[in-house]
Amino acid sequence: MNIANQNQKTATKDALPGANVPKLPIYLDYQATTPCDPRVVEVMLPYFTEKFGNPHSRNHQYGWDAEAGVEKARAQVASIIKADEKEIIFTSGATESNNLAIKGVAHFYKDRKNHIITTVTEHKCVLDSCRHLELEGFEVSYLPVQQNGLIDIEVLRKAITPKTAIVSIMAVNNEIGVIQPLAEIGNICRAAGVFFHTDAAQAVGKIPIDVDAMNIDLLSISGHKIYGPKGIGALYVRRKPRVRLEALIHGGGQERGFRSGTLPTPLCVGLGEACAIAEKEMGAEAERLKKLSKRFYDGITAKLSEVYLNGDAEHRIPGNLNLSFAHVEGEGLMMGIKDLCVSSGSACTSASLEPSYVLRALGVEVEMAHTSLRIGIGRFTTEQEVDYAVEHLVQAVLRLREMSPLWEMAQAGIDIKSIQWAEH
Amino acid sequence: MYSDKVVDHYENPRNVGGFGKEEAGVGTGLVGAPACGDVMKLQIKVGADGRIEDARFKTFGCGSAIASSSLATEWVKGKTLDEAETIKNTEIAQHLSLPPVKIHCSVLAEDAIKAAIKDYREKAGSADKAAE
Repeated sequence: MNIANQNQKTATKDALPGANVPKLPIYLDYQATTPCDPRVVEVMLPYFTEKFGNPHSRNHQYGWDAEAGVEKARAQVASIIKADEKEIIFTSGATESNNLAIKGVAHFYKDRKNHIITTVTEHKCVLDSCRHLELEGFEVSYLPVQQNGLIDIEVLRKAITPKTAIVSIMAVNNEIGVIQPLAEIGNICRAAGVFFHTDAAQAVGKIPIDVDAMNIDLLSISGHKIYGPKGIGALYVRRKPRVRLEALIHGGGQERGFRSGTLPTPLCVGLGEACAIAEKEMGAEAERLKKLSKRFYDGITAKLSEVYLNGDAEHRIPGNLNLSFAHVEGEGLMMGIKDLCVSSGSACTSASLEPSYVLRALGVEVEMAHTSLRIGIGRFTTEQEVDYAVEHLVQAVLRLREMSPLWEMAQAGIDIKSIQWAEH
Repeated sequence: MYSDKVVDHYENPRNVGGFGKEEAGVGTGLVGAPACGDVMKLQIKVGADGRIEDARFKTFGCGSAIASSSLATEWVKGKTLDEAETIKNTEIAQHLSLPPVKIHCSVLAEDAIKAAIKDYREKAGSADKAAE
């Protein structure tokens, strides 16, 4: 037994330095963040050094150069969502954009309207902003989602009241990658005279967005999710019909008074370039990612039974796979694939031991949510990396299933729900 | 994040597997819950001399849970039931250098040992009664 193992180990080791082993570890967490595209870094660099001016200095060349960089970037950001450059406000990231959109609208219109609608699967920064507004006395409706992660448009229609100020529904979910029906939501909101905000951090550059065609009034963008730098984002604020906001950050009145503070020129320029590249390459990139995701999913399901895709199979971005590997705990699995940088659907590292609230909202059983991994495929992922990842993930799951009492019971035909478990 | 000992037990788990539940001398403990992300099955085989001659485990859980149960099977071997019962979760946690958020894994391993011993005693007790 031991000798056989030894031989196997030697054989694998001998095979390793071949052409089939990509550089390790392999990054498969593109929904968490993306590397800065080298083309983005290149256009940013001069703004750290020779073009270091304050973009708000109106009296000299340094200021003008920086301003020109910022304004070009603003136009690039506007272009990818078919907006006007005057409608783009730079922020520190999507978290700030979401805070500004929701709190800003709620506070400005509070004398007439006190109701906000969002969904249970939003990013924590949207949910927490809403919770904060509840403490201030606002009413918030948290819409459920269907089993596929999408909202029921009729449920939204019924939730809107004359007191509703804003509907905030994310474009693409960060955990399961599903795309909400933006145009339909926009139609309903516009007809009801309610502002529609969408957190598009995971959507911009991945799916086509047209703020006019989709009747979007506010839209949040993140730099580091689209191969731009961290620490920069943007908020689109519609001018016609006009959306008004109460600022969160007060000071010199930059960004039309919505967001004071000196703009970080290199970061703005980087976000602009990232948008320009994404806009140009989106179609081809989506096709490539679709193929890679399919290769990944097919590779896994060809060798493993009882693997489940979380979130709608059709309405999802091509670079996201959220998979449940029945009877194998997610964190234990991650330890077995330490060369693969993926994200665990269960949050066992936190003291709470609670699995993902997004998966729970889909109706995924707690025990199944504990077995989930989020695999994020992106611009720099190769076929070779996918093949390596599939092989190692399959090996790890097979090994852990052999070690899993739940797998053993399932194979013996025992329904684990029939057992009286002592919840601890 | 994981100590070397946890990694070693995770990568080379000791005594993975199981005995037939109805086999003579076998006690089975099944603790934890799938919904909590940890389930341990620990089995002991008690010899004629009353000592645990062998042990097996299967665990659904994180690396620390797997390591805790793997270590538990190593520690119970050769012990009498009374001796095995004195194994404390704190000793397991200390040996594996578990961080505070993983202490529950060692608690579960202690529970699994106790549950297996209890099951063995119940089975042995009813076997004695049947013999009378």
